[in-house]
Amino acid sequence: MNARARDRAATIMFWVGAGLVLLILGTLIGYIFYHGLKSIDWRFITSPPQSIRAGGGIGPQIFNSFYILILTMAISIPIGLLAGIYLAEYAGRSRLAEAVRVAIETLTSLPSIVVGLFGLLVFVNATGWGYSLMSGALALTVFNLPFLVRVSEESIRGVTRELAEGSLALGATHWQTIWRIIIPGAFPSLITGIIITSGRVFGEAAALLYTAGMSSPALDFSNWNIFSPDSPLNPFRPAETLAVHIWKVNSEGIIPDVRRVADGSAAMLVMVVLAFNFGARWLGRYIHRRLTAA
Amino acid sequence: MQRMMNSVGNKMETKGLNLYYKNFQALFNVSLPVREHRVTALIGPSGCGKSTFLRTLNRMNDVIEGTRIEGEVLLDGNNIYAPGVDPVALRKKVGMVFQRPNPFPMSIFDNIAYGPRIHGIKNKETLAEIVEKSLQAAALWDEVKDRLHKSALGLSGGQQQRLVLARVLAVEPEVILMDEPASALDPISTAKLEDLIHQLKNNYTIVIVTHNMQQAARISDYTGFFLNGEMIEYDYTNNIFTAPRDKRTEDYITGRFG
Repeated sequence: MNARARDRAATIMFWVGAGLVLLILGTLIGYIFYHGLKSIDWRFITSPPQSIRAGGGIGPQIFNSFYILILTMAISIPIGLLAGIYLAEYAGRSRLAEAVRVAIETLTSLPSIVVGLFGLLVFVNATGWGYSLMSGALALTVFNLPFLVRVSEESIRGVTRELAEGSLALGATHWQTIWRIIIPGAFPSLITGIIITSGRVFGEAAALLYTAGMSSPALDFSNWNIFSPDSPLNPFRPAETLAVHIWKVNSEGIIPDVRRVADGSAAMLVMVVLAFNFGARWLGRYIHRRLTAA
Repeated sequence: MQRMMNSVGNKMETKGLNLYYKNFQALFNVSLPVREHRVTALIGPSGCGKSTFLRTLNRMNDVIEGTRIEGEVLLDGNNIYAPGVDPVALRKKVGMVFQRPNPFPMSIFDNIAYGPRIHGIKNKETLAEIVEKSLQAAALWDEVKDRLHKSALGLSGGQQQRLVLARVLAVEPEVILMDEPASALDPISTAKLEDLIHQLKNNYTIVIVTHNMQQAARISDYTGFFLNGEMIEYDYTNNIFTAPRDKRTEDYITGRFG
């Protein structure tokens, strides 16, 4: 085989690889939407689930998923950002930095069910909170933090050295430079990264099975008192999320319309995650344009 | 001649300066005066240490991990590497323009006001005055006065470099360091920048690194020639280019290497 033919063969192989990736994603999404979209209507996404009869919805589960996502992000974004800035700006090759990096790599490769069981011991039992949104959010923080630290570090590093030096050379302190130049410069990719990790958090089930729990109390959506056990806003109540609901309905549901509920929930979940991903790309581009446009 | 050279005071001066990156020595025993209100050019082939030397004058090398310095760098007779000297305060006095224009991704106005704001000026009228004065001094005001609140990234390369210079002027430094400021510019923008440098030396002391020998000859009063981390020769620019004393200087300026 001559060089030209080899070049041709290699090109074809790369195309095939890329094509397979698209095909897998396309098939998966197509399958889920084909089966699920027809069960989604306004009633389905707003009404509570049924435990024995048919006709249940997933309203509280959707709410729980978003609520736990917000709690998780409220805890993990500040920590992730601080650690990311430390690694990008202060750490260099110090021993502490190496330890942090190893910790992040280890956390990244931890199976989420292990995170969930750890959460059961620490955030559920040791705290005495029982299954709760807060326990789930803390478990998800453990699950999410390593990715967020990476996103932050890479975004911060993505800001050119020249801008930072320009600021330092004007007599700005390191902190002034970080706050006024580096963080704004990193903002578009930070936002994109945060939203994409949100998609992962939104779809996570295993870490929540034994932390946020597999059931929700009957919720009164007109009750805004966060200390009340039937208020949806109470962070110390059990909360079954959408992803957990899919797992539970499939594995132990006794309602007659299991397939309808499971397919509809899966389609809903995928739609939200896709919305996160496309939204992240769009928002990142939009902010970038706003910041750099003449 | 010796008497003339001493008639102008030294704004800055290095004495026996050695610089190491970890185990690599980048500068060898460099002693060089920087005359007040004059333009000093540093020339030499790529990698000769001239930019590294420049960055020791405002301690920008501090930012790079593993950098170590021996010897003294004096500003108004005080060693800027002495313990207790705050590099942040030093850089307010010794400003720097970089090789590639590096405007911040914000409006023209905010770019210029960045330094003053950092140093605590909040009054809007004062800031507006500083912005206008600095842009005037950098010969950019007429070109941008109608678009002050547009992004600085929309300016041309030459305009960006003058903007960056205006940004430095806005913090009222005493010394301005320039690291090949025209290397990314077209000939017309370069000529404008050179004119500007010529005017600025009335009020500022300027040190400029350049790989362009014609440029050094045009704009500088004194020239230092660097080679492999050593300062080979320092003299009036005129002397360096017409009657160099060292064979290596002569080889370099006649284009035999570099």
